[in-house]
Amino acid sequence: MAFQIVINLIIAVMWMFLSESYTVPSLITGFLFGVLLLLLLRRFLPGGFYLTRVFKAIKLILIFFKEMVMSNIDMIKYIYSPRPIREPGIFEYPLELKTNWEITLLTSLISLTPGTLSIAISNDKTKLYIHAMNIESVDEEIKSIKETFEKGIMEVTR
Amino acid sequence: MNVKEIIEFIAALLMLIGAIMAMISAIGIIRFPDVYTRSHAGTKSSTLAVLLTLTGAFLHFAVEQGFYSVRLLLGIVFVFLTAPVAGHLITRAAYSAGVKMADSTVEDELKDVFENREEDKGK
Repeated sequence: MAFQIVINLIIAVMWMFLSESYTVPSLITGFLFGVLLLLLLRRFLPGGFYLTRVFKAIKLILIFFKEMVMSNIDMIKYIYSPRPIREPGIFEYPLELKTNWEITLLTSLISLTPGTLSIAISNDKTKLYIHAMNIESVDEEIKSIKETFEKGIMEVTR
Repeated sequence: MNVKEIIEFIAALLMLIGAIMAMISAIGIIRFPDVYTRSHAGTKSSTLAVLLTLTGAFLHFAVEQGFYSVRLLLGIVFVFLTAPVAGHLITRAAYSAGVKMADSTVEDELKDVFENREEDKGK
């Protein structure tokens, strides 16, 4: 992915040199031509066209902001409900992600989404231990939410 | 009512909601039973509170004085990067130190793992 971005920037700079106008608009024009060229030549590049990944990353960020707002609405409900007892607990979540920074990203996302807080990662990096506010009703729902997160991260990184 | 006034109103509203979220987070820290549930409140609500307040301040200075403070945006990014990690570390340290969970706790799948880890260290 980084390789394709570098190629795109080189094409943009080449465009600036060819048209002999060293301004930001000509750089942007060259960049757009570079995107077009990479789109034509995407079969010869490793890992597919890179802008699709950029869009997936933007989509992940948008989903994340939505979850963030939802989690705070949930928090308000928990804090202002007159009944003090929920059913907190720690559950185990099997990880499919491999590299360290993917796992770090996932734990951060989990910590900021509704009713869950990551506590520990097992030594062999296959399990994540998550503290949940209400383990009875939310367990399955949480699992589905995390499948979307984990899938989103995988689509971005692989 | 022109665009400038509308944006100023949005900025003021964002800051107000941010302050309310910070207060809710503080109430949550008082009301919840144990360390783990408290750090739920501390991590999520206060992160959003800081985010909303800084966004409001950014909009205010952008409209009022035409000054685009990139430092505020960087502040938002850094808070987003560090707040969940801080929550993770505090709860993890609490668990390692053997802090009791609330009585209403249903399930604890981490317990066996930690006990096994202690045994491994003993050997």
